[in-house]
Amino acid sequence: MAAAYTYLDHNATSPLRPVALDAMVEALQAGGNPSSVHRTGRAARGRLDKARKQVAGLVGALPAEVVFTSGGTEANNMALHGHERVLVSAIEHESVLKAVPAAQCIPVDRNGVIDLAALERMLADKPALVSVMFANNETGVIQPMAEVVRLARAAGALVHCDAVQAAGKVPVDLHGLGVDYLSLSAHKLGGPTGIGALIVRSGAPLTADRLGGGQESWRRAGTENVAGIVGFGAAAEASRGGLAPALRDRLEAGLAGKVHGAAAPRLPNTSCISMPGVKAETQVMALDLAGVGVSAGSACSSGKVSRSAVLAAMGTDPVEAETAIRISCGWNTVFEDIERLIAAWQGLYIRVTHSDLSAARAA
Amino acid sequence: MNAFSQIRRNDQPIYLDYQATTPMDPRVLEAMMPYFTHKFGNPHSRSHSYGWEAEEGVEKARGQLAKLIGADDKEVIFTSGATESNNLAIRGVAEFYKDRKNHVVTTVTEHKCVLDTCRHLEQSGFEVTYLPVQQNGLIDLEVLRNAITDKTVVVSIMAVNNEIGVIQPLAEIGKICREKKTFFHTDAAQAAGKIALDVEAMNIDLMSISGHKIYGPKGIGALYVRRKPRVRLVPLIVGGGQERGFRSGTLPTPLCVGLGEAAEICMKEMDVEATRLKKLQDRMLKGLNDKLTDIIVNGDLDHRIPGNLNISFAYVEGESLMMGIKGLSVSSGSACTSASLEPSYVLRALGVEEEMAHTSLRIGLGRFTTEQEVDMAVDELVRHVNKLRAMSPLWEMAQEGIDIKSIEWAAH
Repeated sequence: MAAAYTYLDHNATSPLRPVALDAMVEALQAGGNPSSVHRTGRAARGRLDKARKQVAGLVGALPAEVVFTSGGTEANNMALHGHERVLVSAIEHESVLKAVPAAQCIPVDRNGVIDLAALERMLADKPALVSVMFANNETGVIQPMAEVVRLARAAGALVHCDAVQAAGKVPVDLHGLGVDYLSLSAHKLGGPTGIGALIVRSGAPLTADRLGGGQESWRRAGTENVAGIVGFGAAAEASRGGLAPALRDRLEAGLAGKVHGAAAPRLPNTSCISMPGVKAETQVMALDLAGVGVSAGSACSSGKVSRSAVLAAMGTDPVEAETAIRISCGWNTVFEDIERLIAAWQGLYIRVTHSDLSAARAA
Repeated sequence: MNAFSQIRRNDQPIYLDYQATTPMDPRVLEAMMPYFTHKFGNPHSRSHSYGWEAEEGVEKARGQLAKLIGADDKEVIFTSGATESNNLAIRGVAEFYKDRKNHVVTTVTEHKCVLDTCRHLEQSGFEVTYLPVQQNGLIDLEVLRNAITDKTVVVSIMAVNNEIGVIQPLAEIGKICREKKTFFHTDAAQAAGKIALDVEAMNIDLMSISGHKIYGPKGIGALYVRRKPRVRLVPLIVGGGQERGFRSGTLPTPLCVGLGEAAEICMKEMDVEATRLKKLQDRMLKGLNDKLTDIIVNGDLDHRIPGNLNISFAYVEGESLMMGIKGLSVSSGSACTSASLEPSYVLRALGVEEEMAHTSLRIGLGRFTTEQEVDMAVDELVRHVNKLRAMSPLWEMAQEGIDIKSIEWAAH
């Protein structure tokens, strides 16, 4: 790897925060199974309880409302499991879309914001659950959760909100939002991979899907990933201040391309930008060579070269959609990173535009 | 005394609960550290070197784990732990083949997550046969053979029991399952890295592995899924389609790397370590037998991992003993159910009487256990057992030659 490399793919995974690593190393060395009655086990239990409070604190929940899972995907699966008639937005993460294949999709507008009038119409069928993400992983567009909750409640439906990309970047409050389920992932906010949580509002129903020991108050069996949970707790506490939009704004001012979803409220760290006439794969490879890591979509599906379902749902022109890359900043991004990105992006744009022009002349 | 004996500080209790969880080997932590810090990429990111580097770490680990059990790399799926692996293996295979088959065979001494999964299958229309075990904790192969029908989709039998450490005859079970054309799943959480396992020689189709039982991290495990002949599963967690579609979700790179490293260390040191632990096991048993009467080892001693002892101390209440031996971290059963005061269902299945089941302790020895610790543990156990027996009227009666069982207790 090059000596200096700028990582701007925090929505795929964010580097581990040093406070989280320190807490984890301590927990890894101490060991212990939190279900054991002896002193070693009780010490592990104590670490778990502290982290549970830290994670609950990030989203205004009670510690008892936190169910630790192996990550955001499991949390989303768990929230949707057991509900038969479900409405999901068209731009949800695959772990929501595939969890209930028969779910009905709520459309989004050109800016990637859920169509509330359509939601209201679809709610007439009295679905059991509505699942809408807090903010989209590709565009960063923030959904009008308060309105979604108000409409869903009036129709007697439960509400799940995938807050994996939002938590730690903007304020997320379980009880303020009034949702029943909230999905979180540690590694998107500077915690470790392999740990996440489903926050279950006290009183909301939950069907345990993982059977075995009585861990997590019978809601999720399996020996707790103590170090992961401890790292999650420390990262949650460290990310309570959220992220400022200054870096994103500088970046968007410096790049000439179209920003998808620009007219909607967005996360302070995410930009989905098209470079006219240049395919996303070309940009991603060229930027990597220039020492900047970005992505052409979500990491989960970025191995497959398929068009972004999110941009398609927004009605983006297919040719334009193929030119969109995702740039996402994080807790350790600095202005120098943005300057390097801008220089690399502009350099590429000039290079490719020239070759395009000469190709056009030759024809 | 080994290189890591200093891992325990003097003010900490002696850890003798290696079946609940194992301390992480410092070498494992060392292998994980780069993936916590500068190699932090998402292994599924294909567009930059951070992603590739993480993927390399994950794939190396997959290979290390595959080697431990004689599998092909592609047959290893990472999960969040053995509980998930067991859920995925049994439910996944049962649900995939449910149109043709509707019967599952398991044993009464399985881990709770296997039994709970089987109960769940019963609720959704499957038939489950729970095989009894013999007094030594091992299954009777003829009983198994007769239990399998042409409707049996999977036989799930644990490799090593978590409470009594007995090793089931895996190769023989595998042979029967192959003959009878049913899949063989084994929960090897307590066996992997401790005894030699070979999915080919043993005809194992599905195998669950846990990270934190083999000196690796918690929150990671694996499921071996045979490719030839192919075993198919309905996934429990869906989404991005990672792990060949069997298990979606971003892979936790440092945990995968830790599990791989833990597997490699176990494989390299297995023979030497088994010999060392056998000596410690013998030493502990001899120490206790020299100084105490009326103690019984539950489960077969020959077909047993050397890192486990499960002992009933007659006339002593297990909970009181646990409270007394504050310098030792041991348990009265499995950790998952140790908060409950019910006598162990595993011991009950062996035919151990309820009174004796209540007097039992599970003692787990492992990589960082030293001779000195074993001696200290023996002393502490002997002291407290004698103290509690001195206060026990039952012990007094037994010493006077009264048969306790002949006493008719007055109702109160």
